[in-house]
Amino acid sequence: MSTATMEHAPVESTGIPNGKLGTWLFLASEVMLFATLFTSYIVLRVAAPSWPRGWDVLNVPLATLNTFILITSSVTIVMAHAKVLEKDKAGFRRYMFFTLLLSFGFLIVKSFEYASKFQHHHYPATSIFYAIYFTTTGLHGIHVIGGILFNAGLMIWGAGDGWEDPLFAGRVEYAGLYWHFVDIVWIFLFPALYLL
Amino acid sequence: MKDHSEHGEHNGAHQDDFVGKYIFSVDHKVIGLQYLFTSMFFLLFGFTLVLLMRWQLAYPGTRIPLIGSLLPLSLAPGGVMLPSFYNSLGAMHGTIMVFLGIVPLGVGAFGNYVLPLQIGAPDMAFPRMNMMSYWSYLPGGCLMLLSFFLPGGAAQSGWTSYPPLSVINPGQTTWLIAMVFLITSSLLGSINFIVTTLNMRAQGMTLWRMPVFVWAQFVTAILLLLAFPPLEAASILQLMDRVAGTSFYIPANLVVGGKLLDHTGGGQPLLWQHLFWFLAHPEVYVLILPAMGIVAEIIANNTRKPLFGYKEIVGAMIFLGGMSFVVWAHHMFLSGMTPALSNFFLVTTMIISVPSVALLTCLVFSLHGGSIRFTVPMLFALAFLPMFGIGGLTGLPLGMPVTDIYLHDTYYVIGHFHYVVVTGTIIALMGGTYFWFPKWFGRRMSEGWGKFHFWTTLLCMNGVFMPMFIMGMAGASRRLYDPTAQLHNLTTQPMNVVSTISAILLMTAQIPFLVNFFYSIFHGEKCDSNPWHVTTLDWACPSPPPHGNFAKPPRVYRGPYEYSLPGAKADWIPQDVKEAA
Repeated sequence: MSTATMEHAPVESTGIPNGKLGTWLFLASEVMLFATLFTSYIVLRVAAPSWPRGWDVLNVPLATLNTFILITSSVTIVMAHAKVLEKDKAGFRRYMFFTLLLSFGFLIVKSFEYASKFQHHHYPATSIFYAIYFTTTGLHGIHVIGGILFNAGLMIWGAGDGWEDPLFAGRVEYAGLYWHFVDIVWIFLFPALYLL
Repeated sequence: MKDHSEHGEHNGAHQDDFVGKYIFSVDHKVIGLQYLFTSMFFLLFGFTLVLLMRWQLAYPGTRIPLIGSLLPLSLAPGGVMLPSFYNSLGAMHGTIMVFLGIVPLGVGAFGNYVLPLQIGAPDMAFPRMNMMSYWSYLPGGCLMLLSFFLPGGAAQSGWTSYPPLSVINPGQTTWLIAMVFLITSSLLGSINFIVTTLNMRAQGMTLWRMPVFVWAQFVTAILLLLAFPPLEAASILQLMDRVAGTSFYIPANLVVGGKLLDHTGGGQPLLWQHLFWFLAHPEVYVLILPAMGIVAEIIANNTRKPLFGYKEIVGAMIFLGGMSFVVWAHHMFLSGMTPALSNFFLVTTMIISVPSVALLTCLVFSLHGGSIRFTVPMLFALAFLPMFGIGGLTGLPLGMPVTDIYLHDTYYVIGHFHYVVVTGTIIALMGGTYFWFPKWFGRRMSEGWGKFHFWTTLLCMNGVFMPMFIMGMAGASRRLYDPTAQLHNLTTQPMNVVSTISAILLMTAQIPFLVNFFYSIFHGEKCDSNPWHVTTLDWACPSPPPHGNFAKPPRVYRGPYEYSLPGAKADWIPQDVKEAA
């Protein structure tokens, strides 16, 4: 144990860094959050006398585009982390920038979808289908915004003294874990709302 | 990825100015004390709310003495409370006691202060997150209190907030927003507790050398982590019903007060009940497990012998934690479900009573052959055993649909729940306060006044809750504003008077405790760092511990309860002592 420099540092008993363990636990609670929403979706749908076909009322091509955008952004954030490990500062900035660009792209596409729903006077209160559609995708959107804020913070920190910080690589990795989670939630939401 | 410098945070973040030291502190001990004082305030406030209710129950329609004239006209014109105010009091009493009082005291205060010390850590794993947890709890709590004065008033649908009643009540919005704050606080805390327990242990502190209290907090944190997000999701859905006009919990064509509701309908009121109890049953174990941990510590210390069945106690706690996720619908037998489902929950409920009884049995057997010191904390721990026993055993008839359907809407349920949480958890938390007080402040509380507090409190608590079993079995309905309005309740009405008078005396009995507590902080008898001769690491550092806790990282050589070891000179050997003296 290389704890000699840190007078108080005790044994890290599991060998997993605190931040990583904390991130996984946070994701476990997030899984419970979205699992509850999916459960509610199933219960409400099974009990409903009729349920619209997703492709009749929602825009499947736009959502497909968004799926590709999010999956690509998951790749770019992995690349950003790889560049941190390679000590390639410019590479990290490039890939983190792509990630942010794609995340904004996702939100822009999503807002076009929302806007066209509102134009046709389809609101959360319209029907139980729209209620679940707006609530789940809205909550997912908030998670995307949270990810953008965290990733942008990392980019600013990395441009300054963060790059030399021993915690930096870990933080980028945890941002990646979270971003994959946001991606996976969408991969479940997409078929559940649009294709089933 | 071996960045040990994750620990660097708390060493660098030490601030010396007043705000950094006492208000936005990242030190687990200061945060623990912040939780202690805040939750004590909320407990007293929640208790005051129920005293108002008890007055109405004993003497319906009469002027509330003392504070009746201070209440605004909209709540209690002429000092007599309105039915809507009674409903608010019921909802807020439950919410405040559970989410703002007991959990923050048992987990936020005791867990925060004691857990890092007991595993020999300098602080929590994420000190800043720890601070954020408190500063998310406080605004949530303040919002809950403020809701009495906001337009729409406080929530009126019980702490369970069953729709559709909750959705049509304007005060519910504030309740839901406050809950989101409290849930966030608890999530931040639980992640911190789990990582701290797993990663911050001192050298030699293996899992099987952790004190029972640490195990209890660890299991509690896992329950909080996994059970609260479903309530968060459910609360978001209910908030959508309130503010966005959705109908997640509103059935079609609902008529309220003779008017058709303008929600489109299509929702499921029962969905909320399932999601709520999926949280709220594990929540019961969140209330009781830290208390059991405290009792185990006090018993081991004051019997001067190892706990009976340490591994069995820990195993029972883990099993209890796991099982608590599959019993939730026993709260809903009366709401209705298919018999196959109710049989499933009947069986799981009977199974979960086994580890609870095992825990209690281990604690009782721990007394056997000990040389018991009847200190104030020990008195509270001893009282916990039979009182929690009554609370637990009276729960069995509620776990079976046949008996539950008769008892469910009666005072019997209130009696059962309060025996578990008041004479169980709160008794244990009071004992814990006396036990760790010397650690927190380096001084002792008065022993004589402590004993006076103990006997009066125990007597009054039983006076409040024992009549409820009798009333309940006689069929007195709970949730009634005026119990005398129904003829069949008149026979048990004198019991309500007994209960109310006991409750007022119980409040009075807390005055010596509060005086003793606050007086002793400044003027109590000074004591050394380990006045009770405890073996665990929390007593191996100065009282109160300095920033960073231990002068040098402790090393653990033995299990947590090495009392009266044959051949040893002293009757206790601390965990960090290598050779028996």
